[in-house]
Amino acid sequence: MYKILRKEKMAHDSIVLNEIEAPQIAKKARPGQFVILRIDETGERIPLTMANVDKKKGTITIIYMIVGKSTRSFSMLEVGDAYKDCVGPLGEPTDIEKKGTVVCVGGGTGTAVLHPITRGMYEAGNNVITILGARSKDYLIMEKEMKKVSNELRICTDDGSKGRHGFVTDELREILESQKVDEVVAIGPVPMMKFVSLLTKEFDVKTTVSLNPIMIDGTGMCGGCRVTIGGKTKFACVDGPEFDGHQVDYDSLMRRLGAYKHEEEHSQECMFDEEIR
Amino acid sequence: MINVSNFTKKERRAIPRQEMTERHPKQRAKYFDEVTLGYSLKEAQFEAARCIQCKDPACIKGCPVGIDIPGFLEMIVEHELNDAIDRVWESTALPAVCGRVCPQEMQCEQVCVVGLKKGNEPVGIGNLEMFIADWARAHGVKNKVEIPKKSGKKIAVIGSGPAGITVAGDLAKKGHDVTIFEAFHKAGGVLLYGIPEFRLAKDIVEYEIQQLQELGVKIEYNWVVGRTVDVDELLGEKGFDAVFIGVGAGLPNFLGIPGEDLNGVFSANEYLTRANLMRAFDFPKYDTPIIPGKNVAVLGAGNVAMDSARTALRLGAKSVKIVYRRTREESPSRHIELHHAEQEGVEFEFLTSPLEFIGASDGKLAGISCERMELGEPDESGRRRPIPIKNSQFFLDCDLAIISIGTQANPLLTNTTKGLELNEYGNIKTDLKTGKTSKEGVWAGGDIALGQATVILAMGTGRDAAKSIDEYLKTK
Repeated sequence: MYKILRKEKMAHDSIVLNEIEAPQIAKKARPGQFVILRIDETGERIPLTMANVDKKKGTITIIYMIVGKSTRSFSMLEVGDAYKDCVGPLGEPTDIEKKGTVVCVGGGTGTAVLHPITRGMYEAGNNVITILGARSKDYLIMEKEMKKVSNELRICTDDGSKGRHGFVTDELREILESQKVDEVVAIGPVPMMKFVSLLTKEFDVKTTVSLNPIMIDGTGMCGGCRVTIGGKTKFACVDGPEFDGHQVDYDSLMRRLGAYKHEEEHSQECMFDEEIR
Repeated sequence: MINVSNFTKKERRAIPRQEMTERHPKQRAKYFDEVTLGYSLKEAQFEAARCIQCKDPACIKGCPVGIDIPGFLEMIVEHELNDAIDRVWESTALPAVCGRVCPQEMQCEQVCVVGLKKGNEPVGIGNLEMFIADWARAHGVKNKVEIPKKSGKKIAVIGSGPAGITVAGDLAKKGHDVTIFEAFHKAGGVLLYGIPEFRLAKDIVEYEIQQLQELGVKIEYNWVVGRTVDVDELLGEKGFDAVFIGVGAGLPNFLGIPGEDLNGVFSANEYLTRANLMRAFDFPKYDTPIIPGKNVAVLGAGNVAMDSARTALRLGAKSVKIVYRRTREESPSRHIELHHAEQEGVEFEFLTSPLEFIGASDGKLAGISCERMELGEPDESGRRRPIPIKNSQFFLDCDLAIISIGTQANPLLTNTTKGLELNEYGNIKTDLKTGKTSKEGVWAGGDIALGQATVILAMGTGRDAAKSIDEYLKTK
């Protein structure tokens, strides 16, 4: 059992943070890696990239948006409750080294995944410019934490309630036009990563994205998480989760993420029926 | 009452092979319950009495773990069932599993003298192994072993499949302190995620695991060795004296043809894991979904392909077709599996090869563009090579495709372990007799060493490795 030591809700309770006791995973975890969680005996295996790791305390932190039955069930766990299963750290860690100027672009809960990578880049001596995007200011997460590990922080909201009124790509374009950027790391919704990659391609700037396809085991066994990278099939769980943003077939990824849309809806409906009863 | 043990030799020889009762094909194809119902005691005694008790039994040599087959068969005839199961346990830890999934027709039963005579069937050794193991489980008869004094030695077993279970059991019986590290949240490896319920009920696997724990074996779930911990850490700071690697060959092969990323195209590993381990057939009670499929194509014709096809039927498919580029004769599946699949209504498209998966506008699979083949000269494998027939392309309508063309070594552990020699396929090189690897204190067995093999061969390598590890520990 993997006990929850801290729980926070953000963005009108649509996003939840859990700090979980998992000493062996914390010991080995590096930025960019993920874990797979399962709530109970009938639960499914949900992959989530770690937002923080405290090696001394032996904890890992995950931040997720409530989207389906499983994440809704997760969100009902309180401090002191436990996940039945937590396995990791999985995937290849981020390639962190001094590169020069690195722009970190985070959208939605992608910001949580971006945080340890940004910190790594910052601590490696890079000039880190961070761009965070959200629907509105209430949906911005980890602003303070990101500020601490960035030389410069820029914010964009779709409704203009904070920072730039517009998309992260507008902000990124300005930066790319005005200075030399050595790498862009973009983590967020698939369309965001797609448009960031299209933009950086114009400027020929190396771009890393982190993908979160549907998977089961996380060790390369099922092949469910296969993604098309430069025309070749790769497994996000063992070859990724990070890939060269310019090589990713985003349309295929989007399609695969929607494979169980119908079943997910059905599962949620059953959950609500249960609650009513 | 008829007592078989009083039968004369002649009378014994006149007994026809006792077929096990099976559920009706059309009925069973709707449920996940086990297909075979096993022998009654009487049937088992009649079948066991068919054994002519050869002086130099070929069947024992035909068994990868050398079970005293004539011995335990005669005990069944004599109704000494406690002794019979003890005799079996001397050589195998998993008789309930092996009785069900071993390819006996290529092992013990292939060389059975009774079956060599024209028109005669060999003794149903596998069925009898299943009978005696099920009898023991039903009567709470346990493999009672006196565990010697604790040796104080610690062994890490990586993977809880057939090889790992065997090593762990054998070493625990020698008084060693054994811990299994399992990547999944449940133990059993391929017995659990791969082989479906209707062929091997999961409570049998659970029972075997429980027996292992009663021997003192500890199981750590959710440990991916190579990620959560590595082999050198196990041998170092974690204080293990020896490590056995039995992680299987779990990396699915894909066809490498266009459209493989369409929704509705699965690897057999994924499809079976969803259904078996995650129990997606019981969705939405269990949260893991599966696409049931109306018209299903299974690519490949091995045992795993048969399992996939029959699983799809049970999930409600209207039609299930096995697509294979050679013919029935070259199919690597067990005859009984192919036969069961056929009985249940699985259809076969032999001499057919897939060219491309075709999607509908919504990104879902709509069908497969295929072409017909004919057999040419034999290839390296000795089987006749399939050659495409010109202008024979056709469209196979399907909304679910399951790719079942084998697996290869998963590099997750081997890549992160220094000093482990691999062969050209990425399998760990081991000494054939002992399972020793090139790395001090490390043994390997099962599919990660053998390539793709069977449950019983994996168990055989586990048994050899356990012997060798025990000897090694004595010198340490």
